[in-house]
Amino acid sequence: MVAIAVMYLLLILGMIWADLWYAVTNVSTEEFTALFDNDDIRASIKLTLISCTVTAILSIIVAVPIGYLLSRYSFPGKTLLDAILDIPIVLPPLVVGLSLLILFNKVELFGVSIDEALVAFGKLFGADFGVTYKVPAVILAQFTVACAFAVRTMRNTFDQISPRSEQVAMTLGCSRARAFFSVVLPEAWRGISTAGTLAWTRAMGEFGPILVFASTIRGRTEVLSSTVFLEISIGNLEGAVIISLLMVSIAVVVLVAVRLWDRQNRRRIML
Amino acid sequence: MIEVSNLAVRAGNFELSDISFTIPSGEYGVLMGRTGCGKTTILEAICGLKEVTAGSVRLMGRDVTKLPAGARGIGFVPQEGCLFSTMSVRNHLAFGPKVQSWAREAIDERVEELAAELGLEALLDRKPYGLSGGEIQRVALGRALSIRPGVLCLDEPLSALDDGTHAEMTALLKTLTKDHKITTLHITHSRSEAEAVADRVIRIDAGKLSSDG
Repeated sequence: MVAIAVMYLLLILGMIWADLWYAVTNVSTEEFTALFDNDDIRASIKLTLISCTVTAILSIIVAVPIGYLLSRYSFPGKTLLDAILDIPIVLPPLVVGLSLLILFNKVELFGVSIDEALVAFGKLFGADFGVTYKVPAVILAQFTVACAFAVRTMRNTFDQISPRSEQVAMTLGCSRARAFFSVVLPEAWRGISTAGTLAWTRAMGEFGPILVFASTIRGRTEVLSSTVFLEISIGNLEGAVIISLLMVSIAVVVLVAVRLWDRQNRRRIML
Repeated sequence: MIEVSNLAVRAGNFELSDISFTIPSGEYGVLMGRTGCGKTTILEAICGLKEVTAGSVRLMGRDVTKLPAGARGIGFVPQEGCLFSTMSVRNHLAFGPKVQSWAREAIDERVEELAAELGLEALLDRKPYGLSGGEIQRVALGRALSIRPGVLCLDEPLSALDDGTHAEMTALLKTLTKDHKITTLHITHSRSEAEAVADRVIRIDAGKLSSDG
């Protein structure tokens, strides 16, 4: 068992080491600096951080009530709902992107696609509400997949919290909603932080749906995962490796920060 | 007084029907039966946590069958306490009065009063993590009593306690409910526990009730 675990660990560490080794032996300091001086790369980093954060927040907002519903209630069609919620996890990423593209651009209601309707609606306020090939498409593509993981996490979290606690709160005069907000939600904070982290990191790694639904327009819809793709496609393997290492670093920083925050909160809540 | 008349409850495939018993005001009733015979289901129906399909529940002369759990005036102590892991002992004792919009002074007074009665003064600023089994049950009892309920429902409250703590809690339950004239329904499968606290024992076996005491 230990040998299997060590082999898998070596595979993960080996990948990171290989990237590091390649970067150190093939990328000069000037090339490294030039890459981060590039406005498109900076825009990509900025969009990645913003879109992943928005995706994580949206995922939590959606995953908490769905997770609670699945954990606490029995209703006809629950198994079907449960299966539908897993579709974004099991579908090939490109299919998710293609499906979003078709949904927003080919499905018409009263002769107008969703994207056209949003653009027309935005014009009423002098704004651009278009989705496809724009920043909202990046977020929607990330959200579609990341939220499914967040829902799973929240369902497991609520499954582990005894419904008795909220029942006690209800006998003391709480409505179900108040019992949820004052008793269940505070007890679920670790699950929420895990779901948020999972959604954030998952969103950062998302590429297929973004490529199809938002495209990889430099400086506009380019996120770090698409930067890696673009750099490889123009033959700049060194640049792609540097961006990959940047993604690894961001993921490690986010995971460590959340773990530290989690530990601090745990101490505050427990004692 | 707790009056249960011709009660029918369903929980999945499990069904209880024609359940009737009475516990007079201020008395300590114990509902006994084997594991899985439906004791907790009956208690949940009385507390308003399980919908009844027929019959009625009257508490202190008031029909509460259709009332939500919070409007029944019941203090509920579940098995193993089920404390709120993020709240201090003080907040547990203040939770019910706060929900019921008591004045701040009245809440503080009630917390102090309960802490003294239950020996929780030294634990008021502690969180549930690290409390002993007996302490957890005393906090759960304090939380249930905080709203000054007319009826107290206890679901196997002493089952996880060691012998010494069990005896201590038994005495505490008996004293508190007698002093405050609280009508109590206590669920257990332990004969010795029932003998120690009960004014009246109701037995349930294969869906049929029998009463003595």
